[in-house]
Amino acid sequence: MDAASIGWLALPLAILGGAIRVSTPFIFVSIGELITEKSGRINLGLEGTLMLGAMAGYGISYLSGSPWLGVLSAGLAGMAFGLLHGLLCSVKRVNDTAIGISLIVLGTGLAFFLGKPLIEPKAPPLPSIALGFWSSVPQVRAALDVNALFFVGIALAFAVYVFLNRTGWGLMLRTVGDSEEAARALGFPVLRVRIIATMAGGFLAGVGGSFLSLSYPGSWSEGLSSGQGIMAVALVIFARWRSINALGASLLFGGAGALGPALQGIGVTGYYYLFNAAPYVLTLAIMVASTSRAAPFADAPGELKLHR
Amino acid sequence: MTLKPVNRRSVLQMLAAAGSAPFVLKSTVARAETPLTVGVLYSGSKQDYGFNQSHAQAAAALKKQAGIKVIEEERVPETIAAQRSMEGMIRQDGAQLILATSFGYFKPHVLEMAAKYPDVTFAHTGGMWTAGMPENIGTFYAYIFEAQYISGIIAGHMTKSKKLGLVAAKPTPNLLRSINAFAIGARSVDPAIQVQVIFTGDWVLPVREAEATNTLVDQGADVIAAQVDSPKVVVETAEKRGVMSCGYHSSQADVAPNGYLTGAEWNWITPYLVYAGSVRGGKKPEHYLRAGLGDHFVKNSPFGKLVTPEARAAAETARADLMGGTRVIYSGPLKDNKGNVVIPAGVMQSSNDRALDGINYLVEGIIGQV
Repeated sequence: MDAASIGWLALPLAILGGAIRVSTPFIFVSIGELITEKSGRINLGLEGTLMLGAMAGYGISYLSGSPWLGVLSAGLAGMAFGLLHGLLCSVKRVNDTAIGISLIVLGTGLAFFLGKPLIEPKAPPLPSIALGFWSSVPQVRAALDVNALFFVGIALAFAVYVFLNRTGWGLMLRTVGDSEEAARALGFPVLRVRIIATMAGGFLAGVGGSFLSLSYPGSWSEGLSSGQGIMAVALVIFARWRSINALGASLLFGGAGALGPALQGIGVTGYYYLFNAAPYVLTLAIMVASTSRAAPFADAPGELKLHR
Repeated sequence: MTLKPVNRRSVLQMLAAAGSAPFVLKSTVARAETPLTVGVLYSGSKQDYGFNQSHAQAAAALKKQAGIKVIEEERVPETIAAQRSMEGMIRQDGAQLILATSFGYFKPHVLEMAAKYPDVTFAHTGGMWTAGMPENIGTFYAYIFEAQYISGIIAGHMTKSKKLGLVAAKPTPNLLRSINAFAIGARSVDPAIQVQVIFTGDWVLPVREAEATNTLVDQGADVIAAQVDSPKVVVETAEKRGVMSCGYHSSQADVAPNGYLTGAEWNWITPYLVYAGSVRGGKKPEHYLRAGLGDHFVKNSPFGKLVTPEARAAAETARADLMGGTRVIYSGPLKDNKGNVVIPAGVMQSSNDRALDGINYLVEGIIGQV
C-alpha cells in the first residue's frame, strides 16, 4: 500500500492512535484522583502535580540517563505534593478545594522555576513497543507505536477496581470516604487513610506528567500541560468514581481529541473549532445523558464535599 | 588632620578647584546619563523556542552594546500587570526606552503609560500608531512572510511526495500572509506541490500540535512547517517520524539535527537599535516601522545539512531578488483556493502594501480553510 494514499482510513487510524497517545496522562491522573476522592477528599492540585512530575521526570531522566528512573522520581515528587495536600487538609476547617487550587499555582511555579535549565537539553525518552510490526503501512506502524506506560495504565485501572471492591483495605478506603463517623466507629484511622490516598493519587499524577515530557509530546516545555490535569479531575466525576469507567473516559477523551487535527488532515477543512471541541462536547453529552435526576450524586463518596 | 597655613599658594589652589568644579561635576553627570536603560517585557517564557525567545535573543544582543543596560521581565500578562511592570522599570530602574513585545500590551497599557511618562520612549511590537496617540510611541513589526517564502522555496525543492504539511495556530491575517507566502514559494518550484494546513485553534497546544504533525505525516507530507507560538513540539515530532521540517520565530535546529531545513526568524535587534538610537539622539521615535529581509528585520535559519546545493542556490537568488525589489511575492494573477482571483494579472502587492494587512484567503494549492 502506498504511504501517501490511505485517505479516509486515516480517520479511524488517527482516532485509535490518538486514543493510545493522548489518553495515557488522563488515565494516570484520573485514576489517581479517583483513589483520593474515594477517601472523601478532592485534590484539584493535580494540574500542578502533573507539571511538577513532567519536569522532575525529564530532569532526572536527563541527569541519570534512565527514563524509568525519571518516571519513578516524577511519582515520588507527586507523592510529596500529595503528602503536603493531605497534611494541610488534615488541619481542622481547612478547605481541600482551596488547598488544591493553591497547589496548582505552587506546582506549576515550582516546575517552571526548577525546569528553566531543562528546556534545551534532550533527555532520553521512554521506549515504546512497536506493536505495528506486522504491518507494512507506515501509518499503522506509527499509530501502534505504543508506550509501555499505556499498558501500565490499563492494568492499573483493573488493579484499582479489584483493590476497591475485593480487598479489606479497599473497603476501609471506601468506608472512610463514605462516612467518617462509620469509619471512626469501626476504629479506622481516618486521617491516615486520607493522607495515604492523597499521596497515592499524587504519585500517579506525577507519573502521568512524566509521560508528557518523556513520551508524548515528549520534551519539557512550560506550555506542556495546557489544562490536562484539571480535565482529568473532571473525568473522575464523568466516570462516576469507577476506575474502569475512568479508563474508558480517558480513552474516549484521547480519541476524540485526535478528531480535530485528523479531519483537517483528510481534507474536511471547515468547522475545525467545532471538531477541536469534540472531547468536551462528547463528555458533556454523555454526562447529561447519564445523569439521574432522582439521585444526582448516587455514586459519589459520601464525604466528598461536592454537593454541600 | 593638620590645618595648612593659609597663604597665597593655597588660596590660588582653592580658586582653581572652585573654578573647575562645574566642569568636573558636569562631566560626571554626563557620564551617569550615558548608559541607556532599556526595559523589555515578554508575555511568555524567554526560552520558548519561539516568539519570546526571538525577542530575548535580540535583548541579549542589545545588552552587548556599549552603554546600554537591559532589564527584562518575562511572563507579564497582557493586563494591568503590564502597566505595573512598565512603571516599575521606569521609576525604579530609570528605563528610558520600553520595549513591549506582545500584541496585547498596546491597547490600553502602552498608550496609558506613554501619556503618563512623556519623556520615556515606548516601542511596541505589532501595534499600529495612528495620529492622536502619544508622540513617544513607536510601533514596529517585520515582514516575516518574506522569510517564509524562502522557507517555502527550500521545502519545495526538498519534498519528494510533493505534499507539504503546515501546523498553524489560528487564521489571523499575519499568519495567513505567512502561510500563503510559504505556499507561493514552494509552488514556484513546482506548481504540482500542495500544502496542507491544520489549524490547532490556539497559540500553545503541544499535544494537539503533535497530533496534527502525526496526521500530516500520515497523509504523506514529507516536510512539516510550524506556524505556532512554540514550534519545538512540531519540529521534534516531525524528526521522530523521520520527515523534514521548517521552523518559525527562532531556530529549532538543535531539536531536529537531521531533518531541520530552515526557518523564518525575526531579527529584532535591528528595530531595537533604531529605537535606542532615537532615544540617544533625543529624537521622536519612528511611529510606524516595518521592514523585511532587505533591512535585516527577518532572516532564515542557517540551512540544514539535507538542503541540496540546488535548493540553496534558488533560495539565495530569491533572497537577492526580494532584497533588490525585483521580485514581489504577492503578484497577480493570484487565485485563492476556492478559485477566485484575489490579485488580478499585472497587479503587484509589495511587502509594504497595506492591502495585505487584512488578508483573509488561502492561495491556490493550499488544502485548508480560513
